[in-house]
Amino acid sequence: MNIVRSVGGKLAGLVLTLFLASLLVFFSRFLVPGDPLSFLLRGRKPSPEAIAAVTEQYGLNLSPWEQYLKWIGGIFTGDFGRSMQYRQSVSEVLLDRLPVTLGLVIIAGLLITVFGLAAGILAAVKRGTWVDKTVVVTLTAFGAIPSFVAAVGFIALFAVQLGWFPSFGSGEGFWDTVRHLILPSAALALVYVVLIGKVTRSAMVEQLGREHVEVATSRGLSPAAVVRRHVLRNAVGPILTVSGMLVAGLLVSSSIIESAFGLSGLGSLLVQSVDRLDFPVVQAIVLLVVAVFVAVNAVVDLLQPLVDPRTVAGAGAR
Amino acid sequence: MTAPVISNVPEPSSVEPTAHRPAPRVRWRTPRWMRGTVLVWIAAVVLVAAVLAAVFAPWLAPNDPDRIDLMNQYASPSAAHWFGTDSLGRDLLSRMMHGARTALLGPLLVVIGSTILGMLLGLLAAWRGGWVDAVLARLFDLLFAFPALLLAILAVALFGKGLVAPVIAMAIAYAPIVARLTRQLVLAEKQRAYVSAYRVQGFGGGWIALNRVLPNVTPVVGAQSTLNFGYVLAELAGLSFLGLGVQAPQSDWGSMINEAQVGLLSGHYLPAIIPAVAVVLVVVAVNILGEEFAERIGGNKA
Repeated sequence: MNIVRSVGGKLAGLVLTLFLASLLVFFSRFLVPGDPLSFLLRGRKPSPEAIAAVTEQYGLNLSPWEQYLKWIGGIFTGDFGRSMQYRQSVSEVLLDRLPVTLGLVIIAGLLITVFGLAAGILAAVKRGTWVDKTVVVTLTAFGAIPSFVAAVGFIALFAVQLGWFPSFGSGEGFWDTVRHLILPSAALALVYVVLIGKVTRSAMVEQLGREHVEVATSRGLSPAAVVRRHVLRNAVGPILTVSGMLVAGLLVSSSIIESAFGLSGLGSLLVQSVDRLDFPVVQAIVLLVVAVFVAVNAVVDLLQPLVDPRTVAGAGAR
Repeated sequence: MTAPVISNVPEPSSVEPTAHRPAPRVRWRTPRWMRGTVLVWIAAVVLVAAVLAAVFAPWLAPNDPDRIDLMNQYASPSAAHWFGTDSLGRDLLSRMMHGARTALLGPLLVVIGSTILGMLLGLLAAWRGGWVDAVLARLFDLLFAFPALLLAILAVALFGKGLVAPVIAMAIAYAPIVARLTRQLVLAEKQRAYVSAYRVQGFGGGWIALNRVLPNVTPVVGAQSTLNFGYVLAELAGLSFLGLGVQAPQSDWGSMINEAQVGLLSGHYLPAIIPAVAVVLVVVAVNILGEEFAERIGGNKA
């Protein structure tokens, strides 16, 4: 069975990559020369209780492999250990910060989907005209703007100069929160709108040159129907694949955006935890980002056959 | 994977364990028709100016970049301070020139490091094939799951703030991109007649790989690798913006923007906008030149 085998293979690859990533995240600590206790308690006055607690949490008196098994076993039960900067468990700290990041990523995702697809479709349909060139020039210019520059520029223009949006904090209640998140989301989305726009355009232009599109047009289908049923449908595969690969960058950029806009989400928590030498939190967030990225790409991979049934048949035939 | 260790005509599908995977880093590029001669010259001028400013900063800078003058905060641009001054009255032009040093040196080291590391790993994967190739392919997949900036942040968490740890981490993060391209080129190169000619003459495989094959793929790989410079610059500046890279009082474009954030809210835009514009200009210039360079060398493959 083709489908079962390919799905099984992909899931096995997913698990293997996650396993290796967890090894890297966990054993990275062993690259630091010296005593692990003094590394984990850097910058703190280690009381005997704190030393005992950290030793217990990391199982520092166990062998490295037993330490890893203890850590990964805890993660499977939702236990990421205890934060060093807060008197809370890491998972409580993460859950506190999750909503802001989730909101940010969701709004950015909507912006990316709407504007990226719109720009790409517009440019592809009007390819070769001044509309296409304007879109491509605009995208290219925006594509060169790193997220922290976008953040600074947006704050200066839309928050301070024009006063349309708040420049700081995450707001209270649903609509106020959305209002506070629009500017950060736009700054986060900017580069990804460009990338999705460009991929959409090139995938569609490629399809527009194909014979099946010509046939559909000569059969008398309206241009809109041709684009919808023959061009866009076939372009969805590449667009999805690229979207999956962009997730990692999006998540990491959110740490820059959240820090710039003073949002208390997971990204700013990562930066703050590096700053405050809270290694358990750093470890948890890094692993989380990688896990989300790998999982999203596995889902995209699994969705491909639904979007384009040929990908399964092709995998077997080749 | 049953790829033979030494093969003359490898079956492409059997030695391509990762062939179905798309290019793992998605990038924007400047379309060819936009890169007219004028634009390429402007890009060259911008880059040369940045490099000259960086190299000769101690002699060219009109002021001490770290000299605080609290009587002269947020001064507007004038003959004495071309770009004005920042929140502590420091001369922005001088800080920009000194900041160019870390802004350009970091990406340069990352590009050099990742090119050397990636070329060696890619050569090893293509030349040895078999389990070596399979293991390296796994390793590259694993590294692709860690965005470069995330790996750099992890490195800072482990080894402390500054540029050293992030530069090493980013060199490792970018190495797989170079390695995959090298591997692909070496696989093609391996089948060419000159390789078997050397073999027949009794030269060892390792000697041929390092002394004959590697020089042949170097121009294309090198040209593609320079394209990473702009992204690395933006990412390292981002790290300094987060306060995890270059540390105060040393000036760096990223940390200058970070320090200027407070002033931004009270309407003092210049201290933030000037370094921000500089980052964008240099990134664009490097990309235009890099793509021109890569295209002329004929390695427009990645």
